[in-house]
Amino acid sequence: MRHTIAVIVENTPGALTRISGMFSRRSFNIDSLTVGATDHPDYSRMTICVHGDEEVLEQVIKQLSKLINVIRVSLLEPNESVERELALIKVNADKDSRSEIMQLVSVFRAKIIDVAPRSMVIEVTGDEQKVDAMVRLLRQFGIKEMARTGRVSMVRGTKVVKV
Amino acid sequence: MTKMSGAEAILACLKEEGVDVMFGLPGGVLLPLYDAIYSSDIRHILVRHEQGAAHAADGYARATGKVGVCLATSGPGATNLVTGIATAYMDSVPMVAMTGQVATSLIGRDAFQEADITGITMPVTKHSYLLRSAKEIPKAFREAFYIARSGRPGPVLIDLPRDITVEEIEFSYPEIHLPGYQPSVKVHQMQIKKAAKALVEAERPVIYAGGGIRYAEAHLELFELAVRLNAPVTTTLMGVGCFPEENPLSLGMLGMHGTKYANYAMQEADIILAVGARFDDRVTGSIATFAPKAKIIHIDIDPAEIGKNVRVDIPVVGDAKNALSEMLKHVSPRPRTAWNDKVDYWKKEFPLRYVMSEEVIKPQFVVEKICELSPDAIIVTEVGQNQMWAAQFFTHKDPRRFISSGGLGTMGYGLPAAIGAKVGRPDCEVVDIAGDGSIQMNIQELATAVLNDIPVKVAILNNGVLGMVRQWQELFFCERYSHTTLGSCPDFVKLAEAYGALGLRATKPSEVEDVIKEGLASDKPTVMDFVVHSKEMVSPMVPAGASLEEIMQLEG
Repeated sequence: MRHTIAVIVENTPGALTRISGMFSRRSFNIDSLTVGATDHPDYSRMTICVHGDEEVLEQVIKQLSKLINVIRVSLLEPNESVERELALIKVNADKDSRSEIMQLVSVFRAKIIDVAPRSMVIEVTGDEQKVDAMVRLLRQFGIKEMARTGRVSMVRGTKVVKV
Repeated sequence: MTKMSGAEAILACLKEEGVDVMFGLPGGVLLPLYDAIYSSDIRHILVRHEQGAAHAADGYARATGKVGVCLATSGPGATNLVTGIATAYMDSVPMVAMTGQVATSLIGRDAFQEADITGITMPVTKHSYLLRSAKEIPKAFREAFYIARSGRPGPVLIDLPRDITVEEIEFSYPEIHLPGYQPSVKVHQMQIKKAAKALVEAERPVIYAGGGIRYAEAHLELFELAVRLNAPVTTTLMGVGCFPEENPLSLGMLGMHGTKYANYAMQEADIILAVGARFDDRVTGSIATFAPKAKIIHIDIDPAEIGKNVRVDIPVVGDAKNALSEMLKHVSPRPRTAWNDKVDYWKKEFPLRYVMSEEVIKPQFVVEKICELSPDAIIVTEVGQNQMWAAQFFTHKDPRRFISSGGLGTMGYGLPAAIGAKVGRPDCEVVDIAGDGSIQMNIQELATAVLNDIPVKVAILNNGVLGMVRQWQELFFCERYSHTTLGSCPDFVKLAEAYGALGLRATKPSEVEDVIKEGLASDKPTVMDFVVHSKEMVSPMVPAGASLEEIMQLEG
C-alpha cells in the first residue's frame, strides 16, 4: 500500500539528511521525496511517498514526528487530496514522427518546450498514472532522457497543512 | 550582556546548565576551548581514550540523573566518542557531547583531523548541531541540554569549529523556542481510566517495568501500584532496581537470561502493564508467541515505541510518573488470588541457582558475596556473562544503583562508567563487575581513576574466555570454540599495580570473602581478580528466537 505524507520541516542544514537517514536506518521504503519552499522563509515542505502496511505507516509518521526539525507530519488521504507530478521527457523526433508526437502531447494536455532537428522536450504534468501513460506512449519513439519530480500533494477544500 | 570569546561562551553555557564536571581529552582544534577551561572552575577529568569520556559521562548521568558532558577533539577524537554516544542513545541516557571541528573555512576540504561527526552520529543522537558562528553557541547549548534531558532522554552532539571558539560575541542566554519538539508529558485521562479498569479486573496481571521508571523517577508509584494490585513485577535489564527484589511480588528480570518464573508469568498473564520498556527482542523472545494470552497496556513517553514491536491494546503516551500516579487514583486494592499462589509456586520451584564448588570459584558466588558485603553499592557492569550474573545474583533495590549497557551491549563500558558514577556519587561504593574480556577494552582508564583519586572497585570474573560467545558456541556450534579463548594474559594484579591501583587476587572459593573485604576497605582504585570456572554458563536461558516458556536451565 502506498501512502503520501506531507512534512513541514525547519529550513536548517541537515534536516533533509536526518529525514532520509531515518528512512534508510529503519528500512522504510521511500518511493519518492520532494522538497520545496513554503510561504514561510523558515520552513520547507516535503512530500514523501512510502510503501508499507498500516503498521509501517504508523511508525513512519511517529519516527518523523520525533525529529526535532520536523514541525508537522500529515497523512494525505488519496480521496481527499490532489496530487501532481511533473516530468520532462526528451524524445527522438524527426520530421516523420514529429506530428504524431505533437498529437499525443495535445491529447495529454502536455507541452513541447524545446524542439531540435532530431529531438523534442516534452513537459507533462498530472497524477502519476497520467505521467506513466505518457511515458509508455512515447517509448515507441525512443526516450533519450527523462527527469521526473516525484509527487506533490495537497488536501482538497479549506483544510490546510501548515506550521 | 558581556563580551566574550566563543570558548568562554561555551563555559558560560555549561555554568547556566549547572554542569559541574566534564570528561574529555584535548586536541589541536580544541586549544582555545581548553585554554578557557584552564581558568574555569568547572571540573574537567582527563581520560586516556575518548570512548572513556563518553562512557564516564554516561555513567555519571545514570547515577545522578543529571546530563553527562563529554568533550573530544575533531577527527579521531570525535569518532572515538561514537561507541559511547551510541551506547547512551540505545539506553536513553541524557548526554551532551561536544566535539572540536576544523575551522569553518576548511570544512569539506578533507583538512587534517576533519571528520563529518554530525553526519556519522546522526542515527545515534537525539539531535545534533554543527555551529557556523559563535553567535549560535548560546541557543545551541540551551536547546541541546533541554533536548538531552526532556521527553525520552538521549545524547545530543554539538560540533564546534575552531574559529568560532575564538570569535567574540555578546553573551546572553536565550529562551527555548523549539516548535518541532514538544515531548508529551501529560497523559490522556480516558486511556488511564481504561488501563486502570483493565488492571483491576485482571485475573493474572503482570507489571513489566523498564528503564523509563528510572528516568521518570517513578519507582515509588510503581511500588504503590504493584502492592495495591498484588501484581507481580518483572523488570528489564534497564529497569533492574526499579522494584525492590526482596519484595515477594518481585519476579526479577525477564527475557533471555531472566528468571523462569518471570518468563512463565509473562506467558500466562491476561494483562501486562508495560511501563517505560520497549519490548526488545532479548525480552520478548519469539514475538509471534510472546504473551499469547495477554492484553497489553503500554505506557511510554515516546509515542514511536508504542506498537513498534508488539500490538498494544491500551496505549498511554506520557511520563511514567504522571501516568502511574494518575492511575493510582482509579485503582482499588485487589486481593491476592490463585494467580499469586501460582507465581509463588514457580518462584519456589524454579529459583535462580548454580552449583557451588569447594575447589573452583563460581562467578555467581562472587556476585552474591559482593552483595552480602556491600548491599548498597552502585553496581556497574561490563557486557556479557559478567553482566547477566551481576543482574541475577545481586539483590537490587534502588533504581539508580545498577548501571549497565543494555541496548548496545558495549564491552568496555563498565570501568569508565564506574568512574563517572563515582564522580557523581562520591558517597557511594561503586563496584564494576567485569569480565576479563570486557575490562581490557578500556583498561587504560585505570590511570584516570588513579590520578584523579576516584576509588572505584573492579571485580573481574576472570574465566580466560569471551564467556558469552563461548557459551553460544558450546550450545549451538558443536563446541567449536572459534577465537573465544583469551588465555591467562595479562596478570591483572601486576597491571593494577603498574597503574598505581591496588591489585588483589582470589583463586579459591575460600579466598573470595577476604579479597572483597580488602578491596572494599581500600581507599584506592582496586582491581580484584577472581579466577573463576571457565565453563560456567549463564542460566537459565531462552535460546534466540524461541518462545519465553522454552527457557532452559543449564547446569555448569
